[in-house]
Amino acid sequence: MSIKVENVNYTYAEGTAYEIHALKDINLEIPDGQFIGLIGHTGSGKSTLVQHLNGLVKATSGKIYFNGKNIYGEKYSMKELRSQVGLVFQYPEHQLFEINVLSDVCFGPRNLGCSQEEAEKKAREALRMVGMGEEYEKRSPFELSGGQKRRVAIAGVLAMDPQVLILDEPTAGLDPKGRDEILDQIELLQKERGITVVLVSHSMEDVARYVDRIIVMNHGEVRFDGAPGEVFRHYRELEEIGLAAPQMTYLMQGLKDRGADIDTDVTTIEEAADAVMHWLKSE
Amino acid sequence: MIRAEKLTYDYERLDEEGNVESKKRAVDHVDLHIRPGKFIAILGHNGSGKSTLAKHINAILTPTEGTLWVDGMDTKEEDKLWDIRQDAGMVFQNPDNQIIGTIVEEDVGFGPENLGVPTDEIWRRVEESLDAVGMLKYRHHSPNKLSGGQKQRVAIAGVMAMHPRCIVLDEPTAMLDPVGRKSVIRTAQKLNREEGITIILITHYMEEVVEADHVFVMDEGKVVMQGNPKEIFSQVEALKKLRLDVPQATLLAYELQKRGLPLPDGILSIEELVDELCQLKSKM
Amino acid sequence: MIRDITLGQYYPAKSTIHQLDPRVKLVTTVVFIISLFIAKGILGYAIATVFLAMVIRMSKVPFGYMTKGLKAILMILMLTVIFNLFLIDGDIVLWRFGFLRITDKGLRTAVFMAIRLIYLILGSSIMTLTTTPNDLTDGLEKLLGPLKKLHVPVHEIAMMMSIALRFIPILLEETDKIMKAQIARGADFETGNLIQKAKAMVPLLVPLFISAFRRANDLAMAMEARCYHGGDGRTKMKPLHYEHRDRVAYVVVWGYFLVMAVSAWAVSFYGIMML
Repeated sequence: MSIKVENVNYTYAEGTAYEIHALKDINLEIPDGQFIGLIGHTGSGKSTLVQHLNGLVKATSGKIYFNGKNIYGEKYSMKELRSQVGLVFQYPEHQLFEINVLSDVCFGPRNLGCSQEEAEKKAREALRMVGMGEEYEKRSPFELSGGQKRRVAIAGVLAMDPQVLILDEPTAGLDPKGRDEILDQIELLQKERGITVVLVSHSMEDVARYVDRIIVMNHGEVRFDGAPGEVFRHYRELEEIGLAAPQMTYLMQGLKDRGADIDTDVTTIEEAADAVMHWLKSE
Repeated sequence: MIRAEKLTYDYERLDEEGNVESKKRAVDHVDLHIRPGKFIAILGHNGSGKSTLAKHINAILTPTEGTLWVDGMDTKEEDKLWDIRQDAGMVFQNPDNQIIGTIVEEDVGFGPENLGVPTDEIWRRVEESLDAVGMLKYRHHSPNKLSGGQKQRVAIAGVMAMHPRCIVLDEPTAMLDPVGRKSVIRTAQKLNREEGITIILITHYMEEVVEADHVFVMDEGKVVMQGNPKEIFSQVEALKKLRLDVPQATLLAYELQKRGLPLPDGILSIEELVDELCQLKSKM
Repeated sequence: MIRDITLGQYYPAKSTIHQLDPRVKLVTTVVFIISLFIAKGILGYAIATVFLAMVIRMSKVPFGYMTKGLKAILMILMLTVIFNLFLIDGDIVLWRFGFLRITDKGLRTAVFMAIRLIYLILGSSIMTLTTTPNDLTDGLEKLLGPLKKLHVPVHEIAMMMSIALRFIPILLEETDKIMKAQIARGADFETGNLIQKAKAMVPLLVPLFISAFRRANDLAMAMEARCYHGGDGRTKMKPLHYEHRDRVAYVVVWGYFLVMAVSAWAVSFYGIMML
């Protein structure tokens, strides 16, 4: 279930004065089961890129392969692709519309041609995965709290049984606990089901804590691609393009500048604590 | 500047005939005292009542019980309404939904127009406020073409042009990216320092609170903690129970304390922590 | 597709047209529209074309940008042309196929009708492209000022208009976003019969309405927080007063109207240049 992006370019409003080259020659390979963080400042092309992955936006040139099949091929079913690559937009709760939570989550599976019972089964399962119990099923989605609405909306995509789940800033506007809850749930899901997750985020701390691989976009190009420790080593370059490294990277760099012999590749609190203890105990 | 006594507010849900069906207490007997010129932060998880409290300061809501005074004016007195709103301006969360004008400078002029300020004076104020938030060169732009952070700074300029003594910012950074967030917070800090404006910042980003003079933490409509940032952030466990967080440096220091390092409480910044750790190392 | 609608959007530039008093532009637009309806024969349309071309040139708005707005009315335009083309009886039949036929009069009316519609849209686009919605509302408020005595809520109407114009691009963007989000959930807005298509709109319209209400609520609060309390006691940042160029513009406009009226009269009286 891999995705392969080959020489993809995308230009808005081609041939007019408003032409914007949003993606420039993107090449990427996303193998099965990876947890990927996609970062970049607003307008770096990351949202455009993820919309390509499930066929909502068609590349101006280049090819995208899903499981070895060209998604721009003549007989390729976009509907099928969209069920396999689930995309959760920013503020997904704004797309809720049904009279109760269960029917809203059923919307996706029903569109894919599932029977009512089958759809409900999938919807229940999806709701359970985001931590929404049975007691919410018959409630109106508009009565829920912000964080609950967001989970229901995510369940709406999960119910389609995607192999790849893309989330565009799923924690925007939530309080710290709400942020952790959503991300923990996604991590669990990724581990339990072995699906690929692409997390678009502005928070370097979140990305450092959860993902295996980071892709950094800038001006429509892939600027860095690698494990968190590797990518955050380039913290000065990240700052130049309006991003930053996690706070822990700065701490380690600060200690190193003071002459400490310490591993500067750590990015999370636990790793940092280990590294600091190790350094203090060493000679 | 702002004083609240036993401030209480109930949201009422009405049924179809207009009878009160149910009540939800959003703010519960809050006492506050905010001195002029301070930078105040109010923390709290979603639904803790912090936004409801903020809306009282601008007299958008008036207390169900208790009293709130803005510069000695009781917000329940209707003939003082416009004076209160001029005195305590408000910036909201969604940058798109609070800009009225279709050109940046026209939007900034909206407040003074409502106050009946003479034309020449409006222009002077618009220029001055846009300059104060660093948006003067965008004065002829359409707000739709600006980034989120820029829009919020325009909204702040719109409030500044009314010459308030206090600005309430209700989660102004919740919808912004890190760059935008920083620019908005810096702007608020600058106005506080240079113009002496009282800032009341409502947020759940811990990093934004570190430089505040005083922090209130709310939960279930009550003020459950208050003090300076050091005092607040030394209570890591209590904050976590309130669905909140602490700055990363504080969290690491706390983790290291748990592992037996003799670090002081309330470390807030990376620099502080680096200093403390280097001192520890030299003593070893 | 949605982004193509230019009607109601402001195009910032420094031109004489931009600088004109909004009242002049409002009056001009109305006069121009009336002139299109009294225009007779090629002469009339020629004069209108010259006038319109002159204003477009002076406005410094790229012509291509302006015509993008026409795409939105393409359907109406084509329908009008087809109806006129086939349904109007004339003396000379130019083309016949079964019961369909095109006559000279039909063709003439169709062409003129199309020109009239296009000019109408272009004329009003120039006004909105060169006038900020705030100016436009100020102008309208002042022009309609006398109606206040009849208890017409002029200020409120003007304010509502200006807010609607400000939120059009935001709501269009939102529509686009919700549509994409629902397509990502397998929704299909394109295939099916009319009923199925109408049903498919529910997942788009419900969130859109909710969003519009939420925005309206937020905006009302933000306006109140900035001491908005209706038109009483309000001062203006950009108060309207006529300048020299506005007086010149009025003379030009009324001159144009006079020429149009005279030409129309001449055409119908003498039948000159009548096709």
